Amino acid sequence: MKRFKAFIIKEFRHMLRDYRTVLIIFGIPIVQLMLFGHVITTEIKNAPIAILDPSKDEISVAVTNKILSSGYFRLDREVQSVSQIETLFKKGKIKLVLVFEEKFGEKFQKSGNAAIQIVTDASDPNTAAILENYIRGIVNDYLFEQLQTGIIKMSLTVEHRMFYNEELRSANMFVPGTIVLILMLISALMTSVSITREKELGTMEVLLVSPLKPIQIILGKVIPYLTLAFLSAVVIIGVGFFVFHVPVRGSIFLIFGLCLLFILLALTIGITISTVTKTQQAAMIISLAGLMLPTILLSGFIFPIENLPRVLQYLSIIMPPRWFLVALKDVMLKGVGIGYIWKEMVILTVMLFGFIMLSLKKFQIRLS
Amino acid sequence: MDKTPVIQVKNMYKRFGNFIANEDLNFTVDRGEIFGFLGANGAGKTTAIKILCGLSKPSSGNISVAGYDVYSQTELIKRSIGYMSQKFSLYSDLTITENIRFYGGIYGLSKEKIRERTTELLEQFGLLEYKDSLISSLPLGWRQKLAFSVAVFHHPAIVFLDEPTSGVDPITRRQFWELIYDAASRGITVFVTTHYMDEAEYCNRVCIMHESRIVAMDQPRKLKELYNAQSIYDVFLKIVREKL
Repeated sequence: MKRFKAFIIKEFRHMLRDYRTVLIIFGIPIVQLMLFGHVITTEIKNAPIAILDPSKDEISVAVTNKILSSGYFRLDREVQSVSQIETLFKKGKIKLVLVFEEKFGEKFQKSGNAAIQIVTDASDPNTAAILENYIRGIVNDYLFEQLQTGIIKMSLTVEHRMFYNEELRSANMFVPGTIVLILMLISALMTSVSITREKELGTMEVLLVSPLKPIQIILGKVIPYLTLAFLSAVVIIGVGFFVFHVPVRGSIFLIFGLCLLFILLALTIGITISTVTKTQQAAMIISLAGLMLPTILLSGFIFPIENLPRVLQYLSIIMPPRWFLVALKDVMLKGVGIGYIWKEMVILTVMLFGFIMLSLKKFQIRLS
Repeated sequence: MDKTPVIQVKNMYKRFGNFIANEDLNFTVDRGEIFGFLGANGAGKTTAIKILCGLSKPSSGNISVAGYDVYSQTELIKRSIGYMSQKFSLYSDLTITENIRFYGGIYGLSKEKIRERTTELLEQFGLLEYKDSLISSLPLGWRQKLAFSVAVFHHPAIVFLDEPTSGVDPITRRQFWELIYDAASRGITVFVTTHYMDEAEYCNRVCIMHESRIVAMDQPRKLKELYNAQSIYDVFLKIVREKL
């Protein structure tokens, strides 16, 4: 036990001495979350807009005022014809143009049906979508007010849309996705690199000749990264929850248990990689190309699995991150219990034992 | 002094499928002896060392190291030996003290002992003020000498040195051998492989391997007499030519 303790201390020293890597490990998810959080919480204030209002009647002016007084928009200029719009966009001075149709108020009062066209500069699609949603919200709000005060009498179909829902949902996707990515990075990549480094430097021989048992060497290598990975998962969930209000609806113990299962799996994959590679570079390339890329592309993190080409869908079945991500999202966002994710957990556990067997076999071959 | 040999090898064979890496090796090494193990790459030196260190099992033969059997008592063997490979065996991102503490720790030394011997060692080398410097900041020669001192830090019965001086300048090699003599005088048996034939002259006894077999074994002086050669290098060439 004393020998093992000395080994663990040494491993932690390695890890912490390379403080840049540790910083990156904690920095990446936080920066990612911050960036993303910035996009979702951005209330674009004082966006310059132009207005084309041929009629300038009571209602169009009222709508305009309501929009301008919201604080989100600032009237940059009024335009007189549609042809001016493109020139304005090209100058890049305005984000959005509001076009009232001819005889707007008149039509509105007669038929209860008048159109406002929203033209946005979609070269920045996020901003364009957000601004459009703001306008829709304000206009709907105006209509609703009118309806309540009884000034207009008409049957209005309020198109009920969950504004900002898309952005909000991808934020919720983003936290679990980042967890998957970081756990994979720490557990598989860093472990495989740290083991191959000992091989490359020749210190592995010294360790094998020492009274340390091979299992102690493996565990000693794994424990520091397990700790780091787990801490990182806690930080990401914490930042997601407290800063971006990403819900943690399911049992926190189930979430951590799930993370632990995935970390163990990723660590075993890392060990397996280190048994087949001789150099740190090779381990790094295999980890990055063989693990990070599928984690990003095939786990449903960025592209929904249903939208992938069929071949890739089948390929994603053998990707551990996919199952982890599905289960993690279900527990975090939908709040389901273990009864709903047992299938994913069984798959991950089977994969875990598969890789344990594989790495043990490879390790023994190398020893003899 | 205890006269039983610390390493006893009788009829050792090691086969990998059809390939025989060690064929009928027989030798003994006495306590405090500096035993040189020579041979070209692929002659079977590394295989033999691995067996003696308890890393792999022989196919057949009776072998004991430090009084323990290589088939059943590898754990005990590992505790009684030290090892230094041709590759550099200290961690360059750890400090001198941290490296020593680590190796002391995995060999089960107590904290007090580690502290005591560390100070002793650093004083001997005059490195006391560098105890918290990273290994990477030390010149290669110093690292090599430290690596040896770390390999014998737990006072093993035997220390195995696998080409310890490759890539080291002649002056450091000279100093390195002084350390080896010093360890031997304290009763530590030194089992060293090398391909620097001039170094073989420093050994008490050398054993030359060629194509999986031991082809010559004696004191360097006697070998030179026997083969009527100027140096061990000539001895080696003569033997190899004979075998062709």
